Amino acid sequence: MSITYLEAIREAQYEALRNDPSVFLYGQDIATFGGAFKATKNLSKEFPNRVFDAPISEDAMVGMAVGAAVEGARPIIEMQFADFSSIGFNQIVNQAATLFWRTNVPCPITIRMPSGGTAGSGPFHSQSMEAIYAHYPGLVIVTPATVEDAYWMLLDSVKLNDPVIFCEHKFLYYHLKADQIGDRELPIGKARIARPGRHATIVTYSAMVHEALRAAEELQLDGYQIEVVDLRSVKPMDTDTILASVARTGRLLALGEAFPWGGVTAEIIARVTTDGFHLLDAPPMRLNSKDTPIPYHPNLWKSHRPTTSTIAAALRRLLRN
Amino acid sequence: MLLSRVLEEKLGSLYRAGGRIVGGVYLGKGQEAFSAALGVQLRKGRDIYGPLIRDQAGRIAFGEPILDCVRTYLGAVTGPMRGRDGNIHRGRPKEGHLAMISHLGSLLSVVAGGLFARRLSGTLADSIGATSIGDGGTSTGAFHEGLNMAAVEKLPIIVSIANNQYAYSTPNTRQYACENLVDRAAGYGIEGVTVDATDLASCLKAFRAAADRARAGGGPQMIVGTLLRLAGHGEHDDASYIPDTKRQGASARDCLQVAEDFARDHGWMSSADLRELNEEVRRNVDQTVSKVSKEPAPDPFKENWQALSCAELVEGQHEA
Repeated sequence: MSITYLEAIREAQYEALRNDPSVFLYGQDIATFGGAFKATKNLSKEFPNRVFDAPISEDAMVGMAVGAAVEGARPIIEMQFADFSSIGFNQIVNQAATLFWRTNVPCPITIRMPSGGTAGSGPFHSQSMEAIYAHYPGLVIVTPATVEDAYWMLLDSVKLNDPVIFCEHKFLYYHLKADQIGDRELPIGKARIARPGRHATIVTYSAMVHEALRAAEELQLDGYQIEVVDLRSVKPMDTDTILASVARTGRLLALGEAFPWGGVTAEIIARVTTDGFHLLDAPPMRLNSKDTPIPYHPNLWKSHRPTTSTIAAALRRLLRN
Repeated sequence: MLLSRVLEEKLGSLYRAGGRIVGGVYLGKGQEAFSAALGVQLRKGRDIYGPLIRDQAGRIAFGEPILDCVRTYLGAVTGPMRGRDGNIHRGRPKEGHLAMISHLGSLLSVVAGGLFARRLSGTLADSIGATSIGDGGTSTGAFHEGLNMAAVEKLPIIVSIANNQYAYSTPNTRQYACENLVDRAAGYGIEGVTVDATDLASCLKAFRAAADRARAGGGPQMIVGTLLRLAGHGEHDDASYIPDTKRQGASARDCLQVAEDFARDHGWMSSADLRELNEEVRRNVDQTVSKVSKEPAPDPFKENWQALSCAELVEGQHEA
């Protein structure tokens, strides 16, 4: 008996609906059909009148969730793909993110965003939006990399009294499995040491955690112990855990699948050089996707994003410095 | 209507005098009848109201004290927005008065969401929602998405469109290509009516009927009011782009004057009554402004600078 990352997301929504009558689900094709990825499979059957199909209106979906939250509901919105949240961008960053600060009324909404690249998905079904939303005050941005985090962080997100952008990685949906969902270990806002080491630190999140772990395995053959920090949430970012890791290793590679300009990896580097410059034995490095739209063909796609081999190559350069 | 007009004139003069009001002042002059006629249909605490830029009269009719308005314009820390937002961007969402953002059309789905949640929790009863927009705002994607969604869900919402013929300076001919905005109602599968928005009596009748239909389960109701904005977009704008022919047309009638004449003609109020009312309203406005002027401005050192309600998730200040 095992459970996938996707099934964990479905189970978390089941639990959220079961635990709290103020939770409801709203998104395109999520009711009878069960969602484009089946993340809401059977939920409309198990919870009649709690799971609703939305028109193709990302702006109205988010606006609706904000209005419902004012009335005490805790909606979970499913974006069919994170990419399409750009249509709801205004409601997310201007309506949801400012509500509490402006009016003192909390805005407990969770927006699920199937994020990141998979082979053949192309420019408009592969994007990683976490940096865009993290830029705006008033939002919490979580990026689970494990089955346990997909489950527990989704449940925690629904309970938070603030808007949460829940970036779930599509590449992990079916591939990533756990024997069972263990106990909840860390709250939102705390990073996790995914692998301890002492020669260099990779700070990353979401699907790239797994690429980083494989690269670390590869470097182990050369005798290097690479520490991998899984941020879990990119906002808030657990700067203390990052700095403590860099203090142990003296070397930093910030790794992300998103586009290179600005973004999460730039933020990691900025924080470490600002608050921990003295901890560094070598200039910190960044590795992101290429600065083009995300390509369709697998040959191009594999070269566009960081992979185990490009991460390993970056680590070798970092260790030579 | 009168209170709204007098209050806004006072805000305009404070703006022109300089110093007291930072940012702009946005008047609803000429739109008071249309706005108030909607506001009086709504019950504070039971209905959900999402007013827009030219709804001072509607807000008063809904039950917002003018103190909230003046405090927000002056940025007083005692006001509902505590100096964090200003002028027309104000509300008390828990009392059903949503605080508009500047992005036009985006409040429609928020009002709809409130009604949707109430229906889910079984607390909708006979409450309705209402929101306002102008001719320009109907061109936004958010307006279309929100109204379509409200129609799909058959929510009891009144969508009031003040067709004041100009979106800032842009005339209707550059805004939409249909004959009349109300023609769009059929496309959404909802009811729509047009009303002469300079005439309070017609407005009251139309909004009352729309509210009744919405409460009775008739779904979204569109009301398009024909009028002319009798001011600039804001007090910084002299509206010189509105030609004299328009300013002398039927839609340029001053709704306040029309309402006062109506009251006098029907023997409800004498000229002396109106004068007295006017004086009382002016005293009220002056007293309110004077009171708020003595109230404290926000203190940046007391401001908590936290945008999240969960304090434990607020990041430390990473200053270089």
